[in-house]
Amino acid sequence: MTTITTTAADTATALAPGGSGAGFLTATGQTARRTMLQFLRTPQLLLMPPILGALFLFIFRYIFGGAISTGTDVDYVDFLVSGFLVQTVLWTAMNIPAGVAEDASSGVYDRLRSLPIPRAAVMAGRSLADTSLNAWAITVTALLGVAVGFRTHADPVSIVVAFALILAAIYAFTWVFISLGLVAGNAQAAQAMATLVVVPPTFVSNAFVPIDSMPGWLQDFAANQPVSVIINAVRSLMLGGTDAAGVGHSTAYWVVLSLAWCTGIVAVFSGLAVARFARTR
Amino acid sequence: MTPIVEARGLTKRFGNVEALAGLDLVAASGHVTALLGPNGAGKTTFISAVATLLRLDSGELRVAGIDVASEPQRVRRIVGLAGQFASVEPAMTGRENLEFVGRLYGLDRREARLAATAVLNRIGLTEDADRLVRTYSGGMRRRLDLGASLVGRPHLLLLDEPTSGLDPRSRIELWEAIRNLVADGTDVLLTTQYLEEADQLARDVVIIDRGRVIAEGTPDELKDRAGRDVIEVRPHAAGDLPAVEDIFSSVATETPRCDLDTSRVSVAADGGADQLTVVVRLLDERGIAVDDVGLRRPSLDEVFLTLTGRGVAPTAADQGDPTADAA
Repeated sequence: MTTITTTAADTATALAPGGSGAGFLTATGQTARRTMLQFLRTPQLLLMPPILGALFLFIFRYIFGGAISTGTDVDYVDFLVSGFLVQTVLWTAMNIPAGVAEDASSGVYDRLRSLPIPRAAVMAGRSLADTSLNAWAITVTALLGVAVGFRTHADPVSIVVAFALILAAIYAFTWVFISLGLVAGNAQAAQAMATLVVVPPTFVSNAFVPIDSMPGWLQDFAANQPVSVIINAVRSLMLGGTDAAGVGHSTAYWVVLSLAWCTGIVAVFSGLAVARFARTR
Repeated sequence: MTPIVEARGLTKRFGNVEALAGLDLVAASGHVTALLGPNGAGKTTFISAVATLLRLDSGELRVAGIDVASEPQRVRRIVGLAGQFASVEPAMTGRENLEFVGRLYGLDRREARLAATAVLNRIGLTEDADRLVRTYSGGMRRRLDLGASLVGRPHLLLLDEPTSGLDPRSRIELWEAIRNLVADGTDVLLTTQYLEEADQLARDVVIIDRGRVIAEGTPDELKDRAGRDVIEVRPHAAGDLPAVEDIFSSVATETPRCDLDTSRVSVAADGGADQLTVVVRLLDERGIAVDDVGLRRPSLDEVFLTLTGRGVAPTAADQGDPTADAA
């Protein structure tokens, strides 16, 4: 291989153009804003998640609900809505991979990679925008939950903590689905993979039915997977304690365990997403 | 003067596909260099490498003297990339798209606004600047995409098949925009499958095939290398094409080429004007009415055919450019 001898380093400096490249915060803000505008100006992206949530909520509240026993004194609507909010996080996040895969295959990410910005900022911006969209869907779902009869007697602090925990779950699962979008290759594959990732942990959980109504071989997975753990925490907070929620341990136990899950998920999947995005082929 | 791009012995494999197989290229500063080649020749791979998007297996690549492997962030400050797709956001206006890219290049809000306005003007989209891009035509999107690569005032503009899929009018408008840039001192490295495009825009043409440079020079030099002039006839009735082919076969040593789309038959002529006279006499004898007959320089298409033994036109078998999928 020939070594190129050149005095070009000086020339290059003399040529230095106007832009030196945005810092992490600016780049994060700009890419978040781009995706937010995409949501706000595409009504189907903004409205479909809450509409789908409402549909599911009505089905379980009014169609299956009558046949499901909570096994405790808790009304099914109170049992359902407290768990439903958490599993809606995943159903809403299910739209992320297709959007990410679209950006990846349409050349948008190639352009962003060719710009003088920290590559992690592009992913950080994406996660903020997706978290906002999901938080909006959860807000609508919570209001609908009240409309179909959900009532809580918990103290305001517990309610605030419950929603903070849901927000943490949104942020954590957002990274899972961003990673999925980056590895999927194209939007259709991304959509299919996302469905596969969403269905087992949302249905094989305590969101809709008590876990002890499931066959024994399913119970271990159902009781220990993160969606159920977070639901135990949120349900205990919203219904006034673990006894009311029909689970063991203390509320604090479930909250801490939920936060540990969220932290772990963010650590693994944000690392994965950033590495995948920044990877030079 | 430092060449804007210097590549020595670049190699890159994607699995079993050797996308770059020892590519050497020096692009001088101050004009347009066109990379010409069929699908899968390695054009997009090379552009991606210059844009710091991929890691080369071996070889040395410098942009304005800066080593791409060791200082990618410096290279990113001086290149602007417009890929094969219009990578602009449909849910934002043209102006918002440009300001977005401007901010990412490190311009503050005011500078980004000024830069966007200037670029919109330059690419002829001022009137449509505040419409959402999803209402734009394909040609307008590509022009905006070109504009987005200009906001950071790059020294080197990388255009990967900038006009593929555009209608003729949009293509000419985009060419015009590219020519204006060059007049302002931006270096341009573009890839194309269209010989006409290379001919129209570039002073230097580099023909690549299977990951290697197989010829380079000005369009005229390359035409000289293909050597002989070409006799071309366009019969009035398309039904006469086979008869014209017969005449050519009897006069020339080469096999004639018949282009059904444009109703033309051509053949390389060793005998120049004398051979043309013979052809004209035979056409007359057989009573074939012609719209056009003449002797012309070989087209770049014929140059490519001479150099590689196959045409430039993409075929189904050539559709497997690995970087096109990944891009």
